[in-house]
Amino acid sequence: MSTGNMNLTLKIWRQKSSKTNGKLVDYKLSEISPDMSFLEMFDVLNEELISKGDEPVVFDHDCREGICGACSMYINGRPHGPKEGVTTCQLHMRSFKDGDTIVVEPWRAKAFPVIKDLTVDRTAFDRVIAAGGFISVNTGNAQDANNLPIPKVQADSAFEAAACIGCGACVATCKNASAMLFVSAKISQLAQLPQGQPERYRRVQSMVAQMDAEGFGNCTNTGACEAECPKGISLENIARMNRDFLSSKFVSEESI
Amino acid sequence: MAELNANIPEGDLMEKWTKLKSSMPLVNPANKRSIEVIVVGSGLAGASAAATLAEMGYKVKCFCFQDSPRRAHSIAAQGGINAAKNYQNDGDSTYRLFYDTIKGGDYRAREANVYRLAEVSANIIDQCVAQGVPLAREYGGLLDNRSFGGTQVQRTFYAAGQTGQQLLLGAYSALERQIGMGKVEMFTRHEMMDVVVIDGKARGIIARNLITGELERHFGHAVLLGSGGYGNVFYLSTNAMGSNVTAAWKAHKKGAFFGNPCYTQIHPTCIPVSGDHQSKLTLMSESLRNDGRIWVPKKKGDDRSPIDIPEEERDYYLERRYPAFGNLVPRDVASRAAKERCDAGYGVGKSKLAVYLDFKANTERYGRIEANKHNIHNPDKETCMRLGREVIKEKYGNLFDMYKQITGEDPYELPMRIYPAVHYTMGGLWVDYNLMTTVPGLYAMGEANFSDHGANRLGASALMQGLADGYFVIPLTIGAYLSKEIATKAIPLDHPAFVEAEASVKSIVDKFFAIKGTKSVDHFHKKLGKIMWDKCGMARNAKGLTEAIAEIQQLRKDFWSDVRVPGEANEFNPELEKAGRVADFIELGELMCIDALNRNESCGGHFREEYQTEEGEALRDDENYAYVSAWEYKGDVTFNLHKEELKFENIKVAQRSYK
Repeated sequence: MSTGNMNLTLKIWRQKSSKTNGKLVDYKLSEISPDMSFLEMFDVLNEELISKGDEPVVFDHDCREGICGACSMYINGRPHGPKEGVTTCQLHMRSFKDGDTIVVEPWRAKAFPVIKDLTVDRTAFDRVIAAGGFISVNTGNAQDANNLPIPKVQADSAFEAAACIGCGACVATCKNASAMLFVSAKISQLAQLPQGQPERYRRVQSMVAQMDAEGFGNCTNTGACEAECPKGISLENIARMNRDFLSSKFVSEESI
Repeated sequence: MAELNANIPEGDLMEKWTKLKSSMPLVNPANKRSIEVIVVGSGLAGASAAATLAEMGYKVKCFCFQDSPRRAHSIAAQGGINAAKNYQNDGDSTYRLFYDTIKGGDYRAREANVYRLAEVSANIIDQCVAQGVPLAREYGGLLDNRSFGGTQVQRTFYAAGQTGQQLLLGAYSALERQIGMGKVEMFTRHEMMDVVVIDGKARGIIARNLITGELERHFGHAVLLGSGGYGNVFYLSTNAMGSNVTAAWKAHKKGAFFGNPCYTQIHPTCIPVSGDHQSKLTLMSESLRNDGRIWVPKKKGDDRSPIDIPEEERDYYLERRYPAFGNLVPRDVASRAAKERCDAGYGVGKSKLAVYLDFKANTERYGRIEANKHNIHNPDKETCMRLGREVIKEKYGNLFDMYKQITGEDPYELPMRIYPAVHYTMGGLWVDYNLMTTVPGLYAMGEANFSDHGANRLGASALMQGLADGYFVIPLTIGAYLSKEIATKAIPLDHPAFVEAEASVKSIVDKFFAIKGTKSVDHFHKKLGKIMWDKCGMARNAKGLTEAIAEIQQLRKDFWSDVRVPGEANEFNPELEKAGRVADFIELGELMCIDALNRNESCGGHFREEYQTEEGEALRDDENYAYVSAWEYKGDVTFNLHKEELKFENIKVAQRSYK
């Protein structure tokens, strides 16, 4: 059951380090099973490369169930490949055909420099969160959870924004390498909850400032981010963030 | 053999923690600023501890091997988190959560720790909600609950099938806040390679920068490990690919005893293995057992499609064997029951190593309720199923999508096929009541320690324990140790102990490259996994375990003479990382078999075939084995057993029954 009948040509971006140039390198793979995940197909390739004495392809991956946000391949011109609503680790080879040529590149964005092969540095996202993507409540300060009823519709909407896995597909697919979908998802989650109100305007200002400082581009409403997001994060979040950002300019300095 | 001192506070069970909290030595704010704490791991336990300690004023350094602390494997926990809130008014209480956990763990956990866990459980929910974690709510705006295995109350809080993600992102945001304020220094893509021990105390770590390959020395007045469990010793498990035992194992080799290594949890509801290419197994949350009924055909080798098998020809074996708890028996019981049916020839699917998890009955039931709400009287079956599917989708949509993506089958139409898989390890570094290991100044929390789940963990209790340890326990108990360390100045990094530890790490790395063998690291990892699954998995016996020990010893020799690690040490090299982790798994695997062989009884997830009741249930031997096995490393992969006797003063120890 282990082997299948798919033969593939892979064109994979190989780059030794951030200091060297990279290029696409061709590899042939045979007997790939349609039940394999895309990353398991890469495991087979790497096993072959190691046995030949070559260096395996380096790529980020961890949970392999679509929730950690580590995997990040740009497959045939689309982040996470051709299927909607899945990450690369959940993409299965049955989504491809025998004889296909598959081009695999890293995320490309100024704010996400390549570390090696298909691995990029996404720590810019962490710095944006550190700038304000939180509610300032120290451990031990909380009241009883049910003292703060939150309408279900509002809580559900906050949850939908909070489902972002921070993979960076939105940035990778955007022609401007904008991080607005990622940043707005966090802002929007907290802005919809009563707990998030005290810091609402201060938060949007600091996170947007950090986003700009990291070198992410601006949003021109193309909507590619929403289309490619494996978790279906909505463009509405960007509208909410923009509204809050604008409002924050009218709020008096003291309340920020 | 030496007795271990668990440092359990004196007094009544219900007052131990309260009294200790108010009498715990404190460190004043000025002194906290000059005390440095190292936290290894950034999951629920690590992130919550790092954030809380920084809030209190300590200088914190936090390390994770992932590219961001948000990717720690806690993120993948699906079903929920338990807390004794009694919001459902169904008779829950701190004592009941304590009782369920001790019983669920088959009377092999420490009473005092478990009671404290139950006590702080309610604070965790408060804290998370205050952070903006969007837990599921009812229309009235209050928090919703659901049922989990091994309990008869509804005390599980959740966020769809992504509870771990939401809780971790809460802890991560608290951590990032401290990073932004400069109070935590974060080291991502760093792996802990060794603990530095000076004059018997943990004083720092050696870490490898995974991008540059550089070895770094870091000093700390105390070192906290929140580095997770070791389920990947089986190669195939529900753990992330990177989850590993290295930090805990290095600590073990530096003097920290390893507690109950043989207690592993095999989760009953995972997607079955589909082929040799498989790299990991995917869990289908226990919450599905709220609405899914588990069955196999009554006839052996029945190859009909499940929808063609009529009701009377189905064996709902959990409901048959355990009428009181039905499909919601604890995980160890459900897993063994599935194995029993498959071994007896009733398994389904191509491999025959699977059982059905069927949502049809409850889909229809929900549909009927919905129809009522919509004023549809006498709805036909189709209408019920259509409306019911909407309800099921809201509850478990992401899990159903995941199942479909992996198997290519639609679980709204066909029952899921599931089989048990390695999921969690109850064993871990031995710690006392303060969560300190046998090395002073070295602490372990979350899945990395052994302390709260006995021989079997109940569902939705891992998230509870990780956050309890990190938010509420360690930040206080560590004061007892650090209050005596205020005079200790930062130890210079050229101290001989740092130099020596770094040199020994470097020599191991060099050795990997010197072997120039013929087989990949994965080759050895898969072999180890197969030995462990076959002989130290869901069922164990003395013969198999003895064989496994010899096989693992041989595997270790083969590994160290024939592994091939490509590339170089001073670069980003995931194969090198894997080699180090698998080397440690091989040694741990041997200890797990030794521990399983030593424990001549069955309890929880540890099922020795020689010790079972007539009905095939686990048969404990309380007279001889009511102890924690704490193994001391004696060099050259040999171990000495120490015992911590378990005393049950508040619970009557009994044969566990879910009938």
